[in-house]
Amino acid sequence: MTNVLELRGITKRFPGVLANDHIDITLREGKILALLGENGAGKSTLMNILYGLYKPDEGQIIVRGQEVDIRGPNDAIARGIGMVHQHFMLVPVMTVTENVMLGVEPTKNRVFLDKEKVAARIREISDQYGLEVDPEAYIGDLPVGIQQRVEIIKVLYRSAEILILDEPTAVLTPQEVEGLFKIIQSLIDKGKSIIFITHKLKEVMHVADDITVLRLGRIVGSIDPKEASPEILASMMVGRDVNLVVMKQPAKPKEAVLEVKDLYVRDERQSLTVNGVTFDVKKGEVLGIAGVQGNGQTELVYALTGLLPIDSGQIQLLSETIHLSSPRDILERGVAHIPEDRQRHGLILSFPIHDNMMLCTYYQPPFARGVQLQEKTIFTNAEALVKQYDVRTPNIYVNAGGLSGGNQQKVIVAREFSRPLQLIIASQPTRGLDVGSIEYIHSQIIKKRDEGTGVLLVSSELDEILALSDRIAVMYKGQIMDILDATKVNKEYLGLLMAGVHPKEKPVPEGTTTEKVF
Amino acid sequence: MTDTTSSKTKAPEGIGGGSWREALRVPALAVLTGLILGGIAIMVSGSNVFAAYGALFVGAFGDPVRFFNGFQQLFTTGETAGLLRAIYPFTESLVTATPYIFAGLAVALGFRCGLFNIGAEGQLLIGALCSAFVGYSIKGLPAIIHLPLAILAGAAGGAVWGMIPGYLKARFGAHEVVNTIMMNWIAFRLSDWLLNGPMKASGFRPVTPNVEATAELPRFFPDPIRLNWGFILALVMAYALYWFLFKTTLGFEIRSVGANPDAAKYAGMNIIRNFVLVMALSGGLAGMAGSAQVLGVDHWVGAGFSAGYGFDAIALALLGKSHPAGVVVAALLFGFLRSGATRMQSIAGVPIDIISIIQGLVIIFIAAPGIIRWLYRLKNVKVEETVLTRGWG
Repeated sequence: MTNVLELRGITKRFPGVLANDHIDITLREGKILALLGENGAGKSTLMNILYGLYKPDEGQIIVRGQEVDIRGPNDAIARGIGMVHQHFMLVPVMTVTENVMLGVEPTKNRVFLDKEKVAARIREISDQYGLEVDPEAYIGDLPVGIQQRVEIIKVLYRSAEILILDEPTAVLTPQEVEGLFKIIQSLIDKGKSIIFITHKLKEVMHVADDITVLRLGRIVGSIDPKEASPEILASMMVGRDVNLVVMKQPAKPKEAVLEVKDLYVRDERQSLTVNGVTFDVKKGEVLGIAGVQGNGQTELVYALTGLLPIDSGQIQLLSETIHLSSPRDILERGVAHIPEDRQRHGLILSFPIHDNMMLCTYYQPPFARGVQLQEKTIFTNAEALVKQYDVRTPNIYVNAGGLSGGNQQKVIVAREFSRPLQLIIASQPTRGLDVGSIEYIHSQIIKKRDEGTGVLLVSSELDEILALSDRIAVMYKGQIMDILDATKVNKEYLGLLMAGVHPKEKPVPEGTTTEKVF
Repeated sequence: MTDTTSSKTKAPEGIGGGSWREALRVPALAVLTGLILGGIAIMVSGSNVFAAYGALFVGAFGDPVRFFNGFQQLFTTGETAGLLRAIYPFTESLVTATPYIFAGLAVALGFRCGLFNIGAEGQLLIGALCSAFVGYSIKGLPAIIHLPLAILAGAAGGAVWGMIPGYLKARFGAHEVVNTIMMNWIAFRLSDWLLNGPMKASGFRPVTPNVEATAELPRFFPDPIRLNWGFILALVMAYALYWFLFKTTLGFEIRSVGANPDAAKYAGMNIIRNFVLVMALSGGLAGMAGSAQVLGVDHWVGAGFSAGYGFDAIALALLGKSHPAGVVVAALLFGFLRSGATRMQSIAGVPIDIISIIQGLVIIFIAAPGIIRWLYRLKNVKVEETVLTRGWG
C-alpha cells in the first residue's frame, strides 16, 4: 500500500500561537483519513498549508514519495490536491458549467468560451462518480447538497487525486449526508484518496479508514475506527472525559409561555418565509425546531424577538400580545435571545467583555443611575459572570473579538441567562463550538428548563435537537410539518420531514428524497 | 482566570486593545514621518530645512531668547510687555487650535456612531452667523446673559444644520455624506446672501456688524494677544464629550450603534433616534467652532470666514482616533503647524502650502497604519480599529 500524501513535522507559528506543532499525518492511497479536532485545534491551518495558502515554518510535504513545495492553490491543484471548502465558493447567478469552468476557461477559436466541452466533461464526471447534476442549472436554484456536488465536480474537473473535504456534512440533511457518503465511496472505488475534516464523531467512525485526532496544534494520536467509540474520540479531542449524553430528567411542562398562531413573516427581501406557523412553548419544556437551514427558522426567531415585523398572525407571551412590541419591550418581558449569528447580533466585538455582559440592560439599575453608567457595578458583574459561566479570558477588559467562538458564546449565554427569564429563544446555540463548550451550554439550557423557563431551541443539528428537546417541530419551507414527542421519534422520520416529505401521505424509500429536484 | 492586576495596562476607553503607549505609537510616528518627508519636500523646493523648521518652531511656540529676555525684564523692572510679546506666537497657536478642537470633536462624535459628518464646515458657518446675529442685534443685555445666549444660538444653528441630514438618513435612508455636502453648499450660498443683504453692516464690504462687547468671549491678555475663553470652552467640551460617550448610557448606545448596528438593534436600541441625535449634537459642536471664532477672535463674520476648519476636522478626528483627548492633541498639533507656518513663510520663504503637504502625509499614514508599521518594523499588534463609517447602505 502506498502513501499518496505525507506531512512530516509541519510546524506553523503565528504571533503568540503555535498553530501546528510538528504534525505528521499520512494518507494512504484509496483510503479516507479523518482529521478530527475541535475548533482551534489546527485543522484549518494544516489544510491551508497543504493548499498553499500558508507557508509552514518547518516540515515537509511529500506527495507520492516526492517532496514538494506548494506555494499556492495552483501548485496544489497541479499536484492533484483539491479542496472542497466548508463555505462553498460558488457564484449563485451562474450555471453549474460556468462555475466549474471559472479559472480554467477553455475557448473556441481562442475567443469564445467552450461551454459545451465543459458540460460534456461534467456529464462524464457525473456518470463516473454518481454525482448527478444538471450542468445547465443555476447554482442559486440548487439545494445545498447538490451545490456541494458541484464543488466536488469542480475539484474532479481539475483532475484532483487527493480530495480534502472540510466539514462537508455541516450543512446537509441526514439524507443528504447519506448521499454524500455514497459519493465518497464511489470516489474511493475509483482510486481517489480523501482527507475528511470534521468534528462529528459518529460520522468519522462510519466513514473513515484512519482517524487522526488533533488538539491544540498537536497530534493526540491515531486510531483505527474499529477500535474507536464516540467517547474515546471525544476525550481525545477535548483532553478529558466528556459527557456526550445530556443528562436530563423528563420535563414537567406547565402552562404555555409562548403561543404563536398562524404566523406569517416576510424576510428583508419581502418574500414570505414563514408561512402560517402555529405552536406553543410551555414553561419547563424545550421545544426544538428542527429543519435544514433557510426554511424560515431565522425569520421566525426574528419575528418572535421583534427584530422583524410580522405579516399577519399572533404572538403571545404569557397571554399578552407581543407581535407589535419593540425588541426592548420583548426583552424586558423576560425573553432571552441567543442569536444565530453571534458575531453579528450577539456581541459588539470591538467592545470589552464587561460592556458585552450588560449590552441589553445597560440603561437599568444597577448598571446605570440616571444617565450615568456605574462602572464598578459593571466590572463586578462581569467578573462574577465570567467566573460563573467559565469564560476563559485573561480579564474582563479584553475585547469580545479576542475570544474564541466558544467563549464568545459563553459571554452571550451568561448575559442572557443572568436576567429574570420567562422564555429562552436559542438559535443554533452551539454552532461551530467545541465539544466542551457544547456540553456546557447544553447543561445550562437544561438547567434553565428545570427552573421552569420555557425554551425554544432552533437548530439544524439533528443530534442537538434530539439531545435537548422534549417536543420537536420540524420546519420546511416556512411551515411546520409536524410536532412530535421527542421520546417517540426516530432520526430517519425526522430526516424525511426535514426534506419536506410527509411519510404518512407519501412513503418514499429512504435516501432518495434529495434526488427529487431533478 | 480573572487577573485584576492587568487592569492597570487596560487601554483608555475607546482606543481598543493594547495600552496607552500602543495607542499613541502610530500617530506619533505618523507625525514624525510626515515632518521628515515634509523636510525633504522643503529641500527639493530649494530651501534650508533647518531654517524652515526653526522658523516653524519659533512661529508655533515663540522665540526662547524672547522668553528669556521677557522673564528678565519682568524680574528686574516688573514690566510684562516683553514677556507678553514672547508668548504671543504660542497663544496664537492656541487660538488657531480652538475651532479645530470644536470641529474635530464634532466629526469624532459622528464617527463614533458610524456617521460621516462632512458637513462640519457648513454647520460651523451657520453657527458663526447665528452667534454673530445674536451678538450684534441684541443690545443692552448684561454679558452674563448675552454671551451664553450668543454661544447657544451658534450651537443651535449648527445643530439644526446637522440634524437635517440626520433626519433624512433616519427617515428616508439618504446617506449622510451626500446630504452633509449638500448642506455645506446651502450654507455657503446662504451666507453669501446674508452677508450681502440682511446681515450686512453699513459700508462696502460684505461683513456683519461687530458683535456687542457683552457678547464677546473675554480675552486673557491685552491686545494683540487674542487668546480667549473660547479655548477653555473647547477643552471643557472635549471633557464633556468624553464623559458623555464613555460614562453615560446614551454614549454607550451611540458607540454601540457605531460599532455594530445589528447588535445594537438586538439589544433594543433605537438606531434611527441615535442617528438624528448624534447628527444634531455633532452639528452643535461644529456650530460652536464658529461661535468661538466669531465671539472670541474676529467679532464679525465676513466672506471666507472659515479657513476650512470643518474639512480639516475630518483629519483631526482620524488622527485623534475619534477620541476626545486624541482630538485635542491633534488639534493642538494642527494649531502649532498652521500658526508656525506663517512665520516659516515670512522668515524662511517656504510656502505655507508645505504644511498642507505634511498634514496630508500624516493623514495618509494614519489612514493606512500598515505603512508606518512596515517602515518602523512594528509588530502587528491587533488593535481594533474604530469603525469610522458604514458603507453606502
